[in-house]
Amino acid sequence: MDNPNGIMIKARGLTKDFGEVRAVDSVDFEVRKGEAFGLLGPNGAGKSTTMRMIASVSRRTGGELSILGLDPNEHGPDIRGHLGVVPQQDNLDVEIRVRDNLVVYGRYFGLPMKFLGPKADELIEFVQLTEKAKAKVDTLSGGMKRRLTIARALINEPDILLLDEPTTGLDPQARHILWDRLFRLKEAGVTLVITTHYMDEAEQLCDRLIVMDKGKIMAEGTPARLIREYSSREVVELRFGSDRNAVLAGQLAGFGDRIEVLPDRILIYTDTGEEDLARIVERGLRPLTSLVRRSSLEDVFLRLTGRSLIE
Amino acid sequence: MSDAISVHAGASAYFGRRRSARSMAYGTWYVTEHRLRTMRAYLGSIIAGSVFNPVLYLFALGVGIGSYIDSNAGAPGIGGVGYLVFVGPALLVSAALTVAFEECSYPVMGGFKWTREFWAMNATPIDARQVVNGVLLAAGFRIVFTVAVFWCCLAAFGASPSGYGFLAMPAAVLSGLAFGSVIMAVAANLEEDDGWFPIINRLIITPMFLFSGTFFPLEGLPIWLRWLGWISPLWHGTQLGRAAAYGMSEPVWLTLVHVAYIAGMLGVGLGLSWRSFRRRLSK
Repeated sequence: MDNPNGIMIKARGLTKDFGEVRAVDSVDFEVRKGEAFGLLGPNGAGKSTTMRMIASVSRRTGGELSILGLDPNEHGPDIRGHLGVVPQQDNLDVEIRVRDNLVVYGRYFGLPMKFLGPKADELIEFVQLTEKAKAKVDTLSGGMKRRLTIARALINEPDILLLDEPTTGLDPQARHILWDRLFRLKEAGVTLVITTHYMDEAEQLCDRLIVMDKGKIMAEGTPARLIREYSSREVVELRFGSDRNAVLAGQLAGFGDRIEVLPDRILIYTDTGEEDLARIVERGLRPLTSLVRRSSLEDVFLRLTGRSLIE
Repeated sequence: MSDAISVHAGASAYFGRRRSARSMAYGTWYVTEHRLRTMRAYLGSIIAGSVFNPVLYLFALGVGIGSYIDSNAGAPGIGGVGYLVFVGPALLVSAALTVAFEECSYPVMGGFKWTREFWAMNATPIDARQVVNGVLLAAGFRIVFTVAVFWCCLAAFGASPSGYGFLAMPAAVLSGLAFGSVIMAVAANLEEDDGWFPIINRLIITPMFLFSGTFFPLEGLPIWLRWLGWISPLWHGTQLGRAAAYGMSEPVWLTLVHVAYIAGMLGVGLGLSWRSFRRRLSK
């Protein structure tokens, strides 16, 4: 499809209402070719709704949306032919075998068997399910099902791969296998759009992201730039015990650029974490545990919304 | 293990100018193809059900009850034919309706709620209308199979004396599709499994089975109950089947009403299903 300027997705004032509820509230963003673009935010931020509008299935209430230069209201089926979709909840056909899932799905794009057979084998190998090719989907673990869903989404050689919460509910090892595969796709030049409420996932996979909350975009940029802009270089985390955090917070005034008091811990945003921690201890304050770490997107989100990503 | 992935290895060669072109043309068939492939998983029970069911009914109702009724009713039997000949078309149509209900109730609700496969289909160029048509067409294949087996049993039992008896088959298949399309529209609107299907079964399907002129002519009911038959696809399909199987005499306008009613029901059922699927999938 002709797309000379490399803009794959363009949203202007994109809005979606469900009855009285405004799920997505006038968001603007662009996704460029070959980019891994993230939508980061807590549950209910409007990420999945935005994703379903990009997937050209959910109709927008207002604003402009263009995917590969086409309006999804007019060209839904055509656009969907260029997309690969990994939905939040698996929707594999559990009654047929692993390989058949790919072939059957490929048929929906009008692809012939002679193409789908070798393609299915290649994708099964890519997602490391070769030994399970003839197994029933029922017998796969959660991580394997996710990988199969990703393979299925690649059967039509999509220009854009949409991943809605790709690793939610997976154990750490399964997440790392999945991230590795997604990273390889990125290297191969596939444009990725990923929604997540895991800041580590966003940091690992996304070149650029928008932070969403309550249907609105709070900030946009590369992970590094967002951290630079909205947080300090380092964070000192102190735990004094849940009933004492608030009491002792007053005595920490003057440390760092900013202090956040959470129910379970105090965060001090600073560029000199170790030094500050040493001075706090000198002052006679004895936290139960203390930790100096680099700022993360979690801190960006906390700064922007006053809330944690995972509640 | 291969870590390489070819992103553009040649799919575009098969797509033509627009990636939706083939799906637009053949999408319904792709959905049907998928569902038939899934049916293979329970092919054994489909075949067994299609064969044993008619044999069972024909023995019990036709041969058992039938010989009793015939010996008591005297020579002409019901409508001038033996009981087995009378009840055969009704059993044929009701077998079609049963399969339609099986394929269009839980599997349709589950496609939204449990397997979520309709969303998977709709993520491709396939649209809501093609999903509906494909699911109904796949149900149609099963109905055709069941009806064909049933009719062969009827013929073997001598219950289809007319040379046009085979025309009872399309009447049964169309009745099944019409009923299935309406059940599908209902199923597509059930967001929770609140036990609606057992209720439909008890309050609609069982009375329909009993009071649609199935086991005795509709005229045997008091006039104020006959509407049960008039609104029932089973009655309309059965009357068509009887006209085919033994040339039951009926005014031509009434035969046309039967055809129109079944076609109309199919049209309404499809229209409602399209609307429900589209509404649900495009949320």
